[in-house]
Amino acid sequence: MLTRLFVQCPQCQTTHFISFFKSADYVCSRCGHHSRLDPPRWIKQLCNRGTFRSLFANLKSLDPLGFPQYREKLDVAERTASGWEAVVTGTAEIGDMPVALAVMDPGFIMASMGSVVGEKIARLLEYAADRGLPVVMVICSGGARMQEGILSLMQMAKTAAAVRRLHGKRQPLITVLTDPTTGGVTASFAMLGDVSIAETGALIGFAGPRVIQQTIGQKLPPGFQTAEFLLEKGMLDIVVPRKNLRATLVTILKIHRTRPYPVRRRGDE
Amino acid sequence: MKPAIDVVRLARHPKRPTSRDFIEYLVRDFVELHGDRRFADDPAIIGGIGFFDSIPVTILGHQKGRNVKENIRRHFGMAHPEGYRKALRLMKQAERFGRPVITLIDTPGAYPGIGAEERGQAEAIATNLYEMSGLRVPIVALVTGEGGSGGALGIGVADRVYMLANAIYSVISPEGCASILWKDAGKAPAAAEALRLRAVDLKELGVIDGIVAEPGEGAHEHPGETMSHVRKAIAAALQELLVLDAETLVQRRYDKFRRLGAFTLDDGFSELI
Ligand SMILES: [Zn+2]
Repeated sequence: MLTRLFVQCPQCQTTHFISFFKSADYVCSRCGHHSRLDPPRWIKQLCNRGTFRSLFANLKSLDPLGFPQYREKLDVAERTASGWEAVVTGTAEIGDMPVALAVMDPGFIMASMGSVVGEKIARLLEYAADRGLPVVMVICSGGARMQEGILSLMQMAKTAAAVRRLHGKRQPLITVLTDPTTGGVTASFAMLGDVSIAETGALIGFAGPRVIQQTIGQKLPPGFQTAEFLLEKGMLDIVVPRKNLRATLVTILKIHRTRPYPVRRRGDE
Repeated sequence: MKPAIDVVRLARHPKRPTSRDFIEYLVRDFVELHGDRRFADDPAIIGGIGFFDSIPVTILGHQKGRNVKENIRRHFGMAHPEGYRKALRLMKQAERFGRPVITLIDTPGAYPGIGAEERGQAEAIATNLYEMSGLRVPIVALVTGEGGSGGALGIGVADRVYMLANAIYSVISPEGCASILWKDAGKAPAAAEALRLRAVDLKELGVIDGIVAEPGEGAHEHPGETMSHVRKAIAAALQELLVLDAETLVQRRYDKFRRLGAFTLDDGFSELI
C-alpha cells in the first residue's frame, strides 16, 4: 500500500500525498476511512512525546504445538513488525496522566492472540493493579492465534481474569476498539472495558461475517458489525473519529482521577 | 493412540450422551430452570438445580438434540448470548446459596448469526469468563463431547477441568482451521492432528486436570459405565474443593489459568520504539 510519496486509500482508492495523509492522522480526506496504524504511530498519536516506557518487550513466542509453518510465520512477523509480538505494552502519559498502555499491532499475524499477547495483557493489568494505574488499550485483532491451539483459547480466560484484578484495585480499563476487532479478543478483554470507545467505521464482532453468512444462508444487513452498528445495539459507549480520540481519552482519564467518595473494597479482589 | 480425526468423529457421534443424559444420571431431583431474564430462554443451554449424591448443586451445559428435529430447535448446541447469560444467572444464584457448580461442555461453538452479534455474543462470553474467574463457590467442568472454542470456554472457567477420553477441545474446528490455513476443508484430518485437540493432548499441555475413561468403542456404546466414571471424578473433585475457603478457591483458579501459555524471554531484544 505504501509507496514513497503517495498512499492509496484501501476503501475509495483515492491517492493521497503521504505528508498530507500523515497530517490527517492517516484518515482518508475523501471517504473518512481510518487506516490501520502500527504501535509506534499510535503511541505518537495518543501519548505525550517521549513518555512511553516499554514493559515486557522481551516476551517471545514459542511454537508449543510444532504447528505447520508457524515458526516461519513468526520469523517473518518478528523481522517486519514493530515489536516482537502482536501487542506492545508499557507505561506512558496521556494529557499529564500516567497510564498503563497496550497497543495491538495488525502487522503481526493480524494481531492474533497467542500466549505472548495473553501474557503481556495479563502482566500489564497486574502491573497497573499493583501500582494503581488506569489502563488504556488500543485493540485490534483477527482473533485467536490458531497455531497455538488450545493455549491461545486459554488466553481469553487469563486476560478476562486479569481485568478482574484491575477492578479489585478500583482502576478503570478504557478500551479503544479499532478495525478490525474480532474473535477471541473481542470475547475477552476487549468487551470488558469500563468505557468502551471505538473508532469510526471499525469492524467489531465475534464471528466473522463470512462464517455468519455461511451459517444463515442470507446476506448481511448493510453496516453490520461496524462500530456505529454496535453503538446502536448498546454494545459500545462512544464512537469517535481518530482526530478526537486523544481529547476523549484525556477527558475520561481526568474524570477517573479523583474520587469524591471512598470506594468500598470488594472481598473478591 | 487413535488418529485425531477419529476422535473428532466420536466426539460428534449422534448417539453420544448429551448433557441431559448426564444430568439424568448424575443428579437426583433435578429442577430445570429457564431464561436469562433479559431476552429469552436459550434451548442450546440447559441448567438447573438438584442433588449430586447428597450435595445440592447447580448443573448446566450445552444441549445438543437427540435427533434432527431437536437439534434444529437447540441450534446443535450452539448458544446465543442469552444462553451464556442464563448460565451466568444460574452460577450467580449458586454462589448466593453456596452451591457448587458443575458445567458440561458440548458445543461446536457459539452460534454465529445476526441476532447473536446484535445482542452481544462477545460481551456475553467475555462477561462469563470474568465472572467465573471470581465466583466464590467450587466449579467443576467436564468436556463431554465437542469443546468448540470461545463457545465452550464461556462455561469452562473452572477449578477442575476434565475431559472424556473421546472428547475434543479446540480453539477452532479442524474444518475451519484447514480452510483458513490450506483453503481446503478436506485437510481437516491433518488440521485435527496439528491442533492437538484430544484429551491426551490437552493433558500433556497442562490445560486439563484429568481424563475420564470411556470403555470400549466409547460413551455411546457404554453410557452407563462412562457415567459411573464421571460420577467418581466429579465426587472426588468436589470433595477436594468443598473444604477450601472462597479466597483460596478463587486465588487458585486465577493461578490455574494465569500460568497457561508458552513463551520465552529473550533479553537480546533491541528497543524499536
Ligand atoms: Zn478513502
